[in-house]
Amino acid sequence: MSLLQARNVGVRVGTKVLIADISLALAAGELVAVLGPNGAGKSTLLGAIAGDRAVASGAVLLDDRPIGQWNKAALARRRAVLPQHSAVAFDFTGLQIATLGLLAHRDRLSERQMRAMAERALHETEALAFADRPYTVLSGGERQRVQLARVLAQCDADPSVRPFLLLDEPITGLDLAHQHAALASARRRADRGLGVLAVLHDINMAARYADRVAILENGRMSALGASDTMLTPERLSAVFATPIVKISAGGETAFLSPGAGH
Amino acid sequence: MSAPALGVAALRRPIPLFALAAVLSVLGGLCIGAFPVSVADLLSAIGLSSAPIDDTTATVLYAIRAPRVLAAFAVGAALAAGGAAMQSLFRNPLADPGLLGVSSGAALAAVTVIVLGEKVMHIVPPPLKPWLLPIAAFLGGLAATIVVYRLAARDGITLVGTLLLAGIAINAIAAAGIGMLVFIADEQQLRTLIFWTMGGFGAVTWVAILPTLLVLAIAVPTLLPAAHLLDALSLGEREAGHVGVDVERLKRRLVTQVALAVGASVAISGTVGFVGLVAPHIVRLLLGPAHRTLLPAAALFGGAFVVLADALARTIVSPAELPIGVLTALVGGPFFLWLLAGRAARGGL
Repeated sequence: MSLLQARNVGVRVGTKVLIADISLALAAGELVAVLGPNGAGKSTLLGAIAGDRAVASGAVLLDDRPIGQWNKAALARRRAVLPQHSAVAFDFTGLQIATLGLLAHRDRLSERQMRAMAERALHETEALAFADRPYTVLSGGERQRVQLARVLAQCDADPSVRPFLLLDEPITGLDLAHQHAALASARRRADRGLGVLAVLHDINMAARYADRVAILENGRMSALGASDTMLTPERLSAVFATPIVKISAGGETAFLSPGAGH
Repeated sequence: MSAPALGVAALRRPIPLFALAAVLSVLGGLCIGAFPVSVADLLSAIGLSSAPIDDTTATVLYAIRAPRVLAAFAVGAALAAGGAAMQSLFRNPLADPGLLGVSSGAALAAVTVIVLGEKVMHIVPPPLKPWLLPIAAFLGGLAATIVVYRLAARDGITLVGTLLLAGIAINAIAAAGIGMLVFIADEQQLRTLIFWTMGGFGAVTWVAILPTLLVLAIAVPTLLPAAHLLDALSLGEREAGHVGVDVERLKRRLVTQVALAVGASVAISGTVGFVGLVAPHIVRLLLGPAHRTLLPAAALFGGAFVVLADALARTIVSPAELPIGVLTALVGGPFFLWLLAGRAARGGL
């Protein structure tokens, strides 16, 4: 069973501690949502697990091997990352961007196969209409869907491998329908045996799609466990410093933030 | 700036078209000049016709014009491909070897060798002497590229303002250095020096250009296998790493190859500005930004552009010669301003 794990990870910038002593093991087949207020260290944790950020203490291991020791191409076949903001230099089209997700698989795939895979991914994120359009003329949400397609294509490139999928705020800037579609894509991959880690701001989305949640507070892990037991109004109200209530209607439950004073 | 909007069928397989244009420009470059060569003579010279060719024409073609046109083509191709590679490295279409000081860094090093080199020439083994100038130009270009990159690229993000200002500073330092050397130089060196700073192919001979052509023949075509890595770099350095590019290694490779291409070009012809800006940009407008077509098409375009500019330079004020750098700047300067205006209108650089 493959495992992507952060062991007592700490990240510092100069003397400022961004995250400290965080342990999180992402197993194949589960979707873990990372929640927490602004500045809690969610993106820093994702960056450390992705291998983008050097860890000051602890270690990030993929299959028991430090992430920094992996060859870049081999790593790209084992994990895909969707960063928060992605600018693209020059007028590449949606299809060209999505195809770049398959870079580490080029030796194995023909041009035709790569095109088909990229188009399938664009179709999944409803971005096929942008296949021939320059990325630079797309709106923020449309760009996000093209980038998501690139990452999904990277995940699906080799059916014999179940890579890890790291998503940093994948639904920010998307409309509601596309938010659900994006997380449903991530959920399907978890069900297929991929391990998915997603930084989210929306508690309801986390409750709906995640198996487990990791709640960060001031750079530390404040709670980690099954979504339905961890996501309580009391805990959430404390962590997010605003009242949060749980309501039920029509057989569905939802968290609501009425925003009533202190 | 639109993507490949031209639905012309020929543009789907554009490289043969660009190659044809390049061949035509080279043939034109061989015919045009103070001593005109007819197409019939040219055909016999390259063996496509059995008509006899007189000795003067043969000498002009083989000893003077052929090396000159070949050098012009190689320099244009190297500057254009080097420019495209630099733009990918900096993720910005304004990155040009001339504007960023890479060319003038190389020129300063080359001029230093010309003026001060005689003092050390006697310790250089004779077989190495033809290599001294290209090596110096390469090191000068490399130093300038590294300085600009270190200053303007932080955490994978290029600060465009810093980039262009660093280029201004390096160009100023190089100009000051060359100015100092002008004082030390003797009459003969002075003429070489001026030629160097304005650019030109007037001094080209087979012996002088062969080592540098060899460098270019290695440094420029080997960019092509990295084409899809350059595409990935457009996503951002971090994202390129995520899809499997060893970004640090790619950057070292690009900096080296750009310095080799630009350094060798400067060693042949001095500084010829703006080719690295104009050629990739026009090709991107026609064919889109994918480097697998951009690199060869820009190289062919740049080569043809410099061959034609050189042909123009040696004919319009004949029997005198214009420095080719003047001509390329005449085209490239306004082109750069037009680019700047477009980018400023869209909200910044």
